[in-house]
Amino acid sequence: MATLEIRDLHVTVEADNATKEILKGVDLTVKQGETHAIMGPNGSGKSTLAYSLAGHPKYTITGGTVTLDGEDVLEMSVDERARAGLFLAMQYPVEVPGVSVSNFLRTSATAIRGEAPKLRTWVKEVKGAMERLNMDPSFAERNVNEGFSGGEKKRHEILQLELLKPKVAILDETDSGLDVDALRIVSEGVNRVRETGEVGTLLITHYTRILRYIKPDHVHVFAAGKIVESGGPELADKLEAEGYEAYTKGGASA
Amino acid sequence: MAEAQNIPVGSTTAGSIAVAAESTVATRMSAPPSFDVADFPVPHGREEEWRFTPLERLRGLHDGTAVATGDGVKVDVQAPEGVTVEAVGRDDARLGKAGTPVDRIAAQAYSAFEKAGVITVPKETVLTEPIRIAVHGEGGTAFAHQVIELGAFAEAVVVIDHTGDAVLAVNVDYVLGDGAKLTVVSVQDWDDKAVHVAQHNALVGRDASFKSVVVTFGGDLVRLHPRVTYAGTGGEAELFGLYFTDAGQHQEHRLLVDHNTPHCKSNVVYKGALQGDDAHAVWIGDVLIEAKAEGTDTYEMNRNLVLTDGARVDSVPNLEIETGEIVGAGHASATGRFDDEQLFYLMARGIPADEARRLVVRGFFAELVQQIGVEDIEARLLEKIEAELEATV
Repeated sequence: MATLEIRDLHVTVEADNATKEILKGVDLTVKQGETHAIMGPNGSGKSTLAYSLAGHPKYTITGGTVTLDGEDVLEMSVDERARAGLFLAMQYPVEVPGVSVSNFLRTSATAIRGEAPKLRTWVKEVKGAMERLNMDPSFAERNVNEGFSGGEKKRHEILQLELLKPKVAILDETDSGLDVDALRIVSEGVNRVRETGEVGTLLITHYTRILRYIKPDHVHVFAAGKIVESGGPELADKLEAEGYEAYTKGGASA
Repeated sequence: MAEAQNIPVGSTTAGSIAVAAESTVATRMSAPPSFDVADFPVPHGREEEWRFTPLERLRGLHDGTAVATGDGVKVDVQAPEGVTVEAVGRDDARLGKAGTPVDRIAAQAYSAFEKAGVITVPKETVLTEPIRIAVHGEGGTAFAHQVIELGAFAEAVVVIDHTGDAVLAVNVDYVLGDGAKLTVVSVQDWDDKAVHVAQHNALVGRDASFKSVVVTFGGDLVRLHPRVTYAGTGGEAELFGLYFTDAGQHQEHRLLVDHNTPHCKSNVVYKGALQGDDAHAVWIGDVLIEAKAEGTDTYEMNRNLVLTDGARVDSVPNLEIETGEIVGAGHASATGRFDDEQLFYLMARGIPADEARRLVVRGFFAELVQQIGVEDIEARLLEKIEAELEATV
């Protein structure tokens, strides 16, 4: 069973000619089939955790370990991490002009699967996944993220999640900027992947709203660069009622 | 008037639209067009038409010190039946009909060539096979003149391939009779040291269609000046260009479409990718709509994709309109870069870095390649782009 283990992770970022520590010792274990929600106020370091795990060059790991099934993730390049089974659904996916969605998806699937998918089954697979996400077929011919609305970008991210079938999926604020209809469609996509039981999900969010659609097994409160409280789904209800105030007043503790 | 500018990566410029009583496209040149090199002062580098060009790398083409050597270029022409291929003397009446040299090197080429090539496709002859002109640099210096003339309603595809190493200054005239259709693909696939400066003059007849595809990969310095004028109404010109500028290369494309005749069309699309230190691409796109050219329909676009730090693009679209009675006129220029965030996104989907870069460059050029409309050339160009990427990424 695939397991992502994060131990005492410390991460810094260079900003304004100064080195700033963003993650200050994160511990977390995500197993295949589990869904963990990481919730926290703005600036707590949630997205830094997501991008550090994916290997974004902006972030420097200064301590700790990350392993996927015992393999050292931090030693891997960004593409190696993806091929090892890590997937990051991004909050702000960038435009890639000149590259069509269909070409991108196929190139990506070929890289992840280690061989080009058979054309006939692939076309069906993509078409089916797009239909389930209420995406118009013409979407495949557009350039990656170019001129996409916020909702289209998120659907495109989840489309990739469905097609690439990672071992561990990190969803970075997938719910932000979505109206209720789009949120439902995107959440259903995530749930289809979860129901296979083959993916561990790390759901990073600011709001509790998405947790009405995607039910987490574990909820963690993230503040000032680490997890300060962990619990079951009931913790989300508490956050819904009380907000993050208790955690943001200096010296937050569990 | 548009001030030329070095466009910072990631920015877009709309260039300028000038409404002028007198053409600034013409007046900003240092001297009026002339066939005689003596009519042009030796450029010092600050002139509008020379300010982007590194004169010291022109190997003397601009100042009269370059002298033709016997081993300049070897030209081999393969033409289907029905086509006349001639080498003619300087006094042949067919030379220089499509346009007059507009700068000192073009005039130098015209003043210095010994024999000119003339290729004629008789009227109403429709070729099914391309005319192929192989220009191979033998390491020396050459001045040349080439005429390609299509009679009325003739149709032809011409492929001009430049390879090897040479210092070459040349004028090429394309003369299209009424209703003729000419596609010219000029591929600059020179070795690293070559210097190639050329003026291409197209004279588009009534209801004729001219399509120029310029593909520049090689050379130390390539400076091309494709120009179009119309001899009758209903003419169409499509000017497509594709360049891949590597470290240390200077590739300059200066276009002029002179809408001097009513009811003609032009469409200009040039796209370039740059990578490596001191890769320098220059694109000047001048479109002039003269007062008498009512019903003109024109669009020009330049797109650049900067793949690495250290490369530089100067892109200057300039549209000058002397009449408002037109169908359409537009222009655009944009320089974008393949940045770390795009690379990260593609890599985060399992795609290795070199393949990610290839994917982006292929995509960038694909649309333009598809517009060429000559199948075997499209396939060849895609192969060339692949090879360029293999060799340098």
